[in-house]
Amino acid sequence: MAKKNRNVGIVGIGQTEYSSHKEHQNQAEMVNEAVRYALEDANITLDDIDCVLHGNMELFEMVFQPDMWHSLGSGAYGKDQFRITTGGTTGASLVCAADNLVASGMYDVVMAIGMEKLQEGHTTGGITNMADPLWFRHLQTGALTATTATMMMDEFGEERAKKAAMKYRILMDKHACLNPRAHRRFGLEYEQADDLMNTSPQLVGELRLIHMCSQSDGACVMIFASEKKAKKMCKTPVWIRDHITVHREETFNNFGIEMPEMTHHYAARKLFERNGIKDPVEYFDVFEMYDPSAWWGLDWAREFLLLKDDEHIKLLEDGEFDLDGKLPINPSGGVTASNPIGATAMLRPAEAAMQLRGDAGPQQIKKKVKHALASGFGGTLWSVLMMLEKDLDWQEVENG
Amino acid sequence: MGIEMKRVAVCAVAQHKCDSNIWHKRFQGMLLDVLEDIQKQTGMHFSEEGGVRSIVSASDDVFDARTISDNGITDVIGAHYREEEKMAQESLNALGYAMSIILSGHEDVVYVAGHCKESQGESRNVCTNLSYDPFYGRAMGLDYTNVAALQARAYMEKSGLTEEQMAKVVVRARQWAEKNPYANATEQVELGDVMYSPMLCDPIRTMHAYPVSDGAVVMLLASEERAHEFTDNPVWLTGFGSCMDSYFLGDRDLASNFALKQAAERAYKMAGVKDARKEIDLVEVMDCYAYQQPMWLEGLGFCGDGEGAKFIDEEGPAKYNVNLSGGMLAGNPIMTSGLYRMAEAVLQLKGDAGERQAADVNRAIAQSTTGGAGQFHTVVVLEK
Repeated sequence: MAKKNRNVGIVGIGQTEYSSHKEHQNQAEMVNEAVRYALEDANITLDDIDCVLHGNMELFEMVFQPDMWHSLGSGAYGKDQFRITTGGTTGASLVCAADNLVASGMYDVVMAIGMEKLQEGHTTGGITNMADPLWFRHLQTGALTATTATMMMDEFGEERAKKAAMKYRILMDKHACLNPRAHRRFGLEYEQADDLMNTSPQLVGELRLIHMCSQSDGACVMIFASEKKAKKMCKTPVWIRDHITVHREETFNNFGIEMPEMTHHYAARKLFERNGIKDPVEYFDVFEMYDPSAWWGLDWAREFLLLKDDEHIKLLEDGEFDLDGKLPINPSGGVTASNPIGATAMLRPAEAAMQLRGDAGPQQIKKKVKHALASGFGGTLWSVLMMLEKDLDWQEVENG
Repeated sequence: MGIEMKRVAVCAVAQHKCDSNIWHKRFQGMLLDVLEDIQKQTGMHFSEEGGVRSIVSASDDVFDARTISDNGITDVIGAHYREEEKMAQESLNALGYAMSIILSGHEDVVYVAGHCKESQGESRNVCTNLSYDPFYGRAMGLDYTNVAALQARAYMEKSGLTEEQMAKVVVRARQWAEKNPYANATEQVELGDVMYSPMLCDPIRTMHAYPVSDGAVVMLLASEERAHEFTDNPVWLTGFGSCMDSYFLGDRDLASNFALKQAAERAYKMAGVKDARKEIDLVEVMDCYAYQQPMWLEGLGFCGDGEGAKFIDEEGPAKYNVNLSGGMLAGNPIMTSGLYRMAEAVLQLKGDAGERQAADVNRAIAQSTTGGAGQFHTVVVLEK
């Protein structure tokens, strides 16, 4: 990795609660709630912010250039502003952008806002609208696909695969039940697994309703500052070590030809190589992953952590992804619990940063958290992967 | 700033000719054409070693009628297995962000690609109406055209801008557009044609408004160390600033240029420009409507507050080489205008502007705006 011009710290985090509907707030008011929490968390005022970043998907709420309206709540009045959107990855793109903007020296303090009020639109319609109008739109079923479920059942046998996906789902719900902001908190128990595997309504093939992420309303705000300012402003800034974004073209390979490398795997391979991470499961203390469904979450653990064969399933079965396991995944409950799309990928680094600060609340991991991994997912199987650190003590890799 | 800033080079630009209905090409096709153009100019490629690894696209989902519309262009902007971020805003902001990617040390080469096809929609006003809140503004029928009309009236009141002066702006725009192979509206007109063209949205007449346009622009940016790999004649990006005004029209002084003045101040400060009137040789402004050219020039500091109208009569636009591309009035798509402004400034600084080439251009600025009645402005400073 090229040497960063200067280090960037996360100094403030604000989140609304996530829920299926927020009739008491309009979009600008909902944004404002999260902005206030973040400013309070950073112990600063809007006067300290140099630049605002904004992101959500226009066609979910059908608002053109929504940052104009949201400026009533975002505090962008009189400030520089950027608006970046990349689908599900939007929130992670904003964090990467904030890192670049602060590291560049153009701005000292940047506030990034990810938001979505999915209740005000038609989410699956909006997602289907991403497909090419000539070739794919009549085939697309929103974000619902059972391809991964089918492939996992082929690889690991139907029973083991189904059980593992359901165990992952129930684990996420157990985490969500600890998180006071999570949208869906069912209180599921492992004893219900067999029942759910048969009775939860099928969406597509073995992708069932219980496996799938929610449609949520909510906003997440993060504040970033240059090393010098961050150290002055904040007792426990969290440092952004490195990030990688990998997009790919829209056509999916569904016709039995050899599968191309997942962007997840590519991102992990490149990022870990240039930062000298040999064993990610060993190195990281928490992984906040963008897991849109239980099937995807489990499958992508293998890709992101560069695992082989059934290592990811074994880690799950052995409880290593639990809060007291080797590498806890999504102490927040993840995306199957809360999914305000434009904010979802920002929740990952936000929740990971709270774990590093040690003030994540009831979902705080008990052992020491020093190194965190956070991912974003969006577009046509795109990935963002970033590394956060508690201390500024990592070794730069030469020619990395 | 607090730290010494390095320089960012604009190595090359490629523009698609604007037209009011490029029905025979999708936006992917337009982007492919400009990609091939810029590859020919620079030899750029997308290999992992030495190639472009970072792309900033600029487009809008509503105009593209596609959610995450950048997923439809990944192949034609080289973003397959590469980093790509979409600036879902006026395209000049993509430049500011691309600049930060290089200055941060994250990447040394960034490809910027903007596109918009206004012709795809039934009416661009239907798109911009969606910018207004669903409770008050949208139901009232506000859109970027009728909101601009309110601003035009306020500015005419403040500066004394006349029908004749606005017509003069349009006539001059068409004269320069004729020399620009990428401009849309090149038909020559006289003052009377403009002054008696049908009323579109009082006081904005049909010929005061930019024509519906489709287009695409791309640029290649690089760090100072690597610019020579792509060009021996780089242009330097030395200043960037943007600013947001308030949303509700009643909360704003529509004739005040609040956001533009601050955006300009920030860009000038970063570039070390102390007096725009003495230090800037060429200006490209995003004049969607005729009244905006004098108003934005005022905001950028080329004449005093409320003196924009007089500035037209004093031939200020000719003195400062304003919009030698023909400007927005000659027709660029709304979300891509900033990159078209920037492209002209780059060509002029490189000495590649053909028939439009101005003499002794050492420092230029490009400006763009989005939101109703210039709620948001961006200013970029470029140097030879």
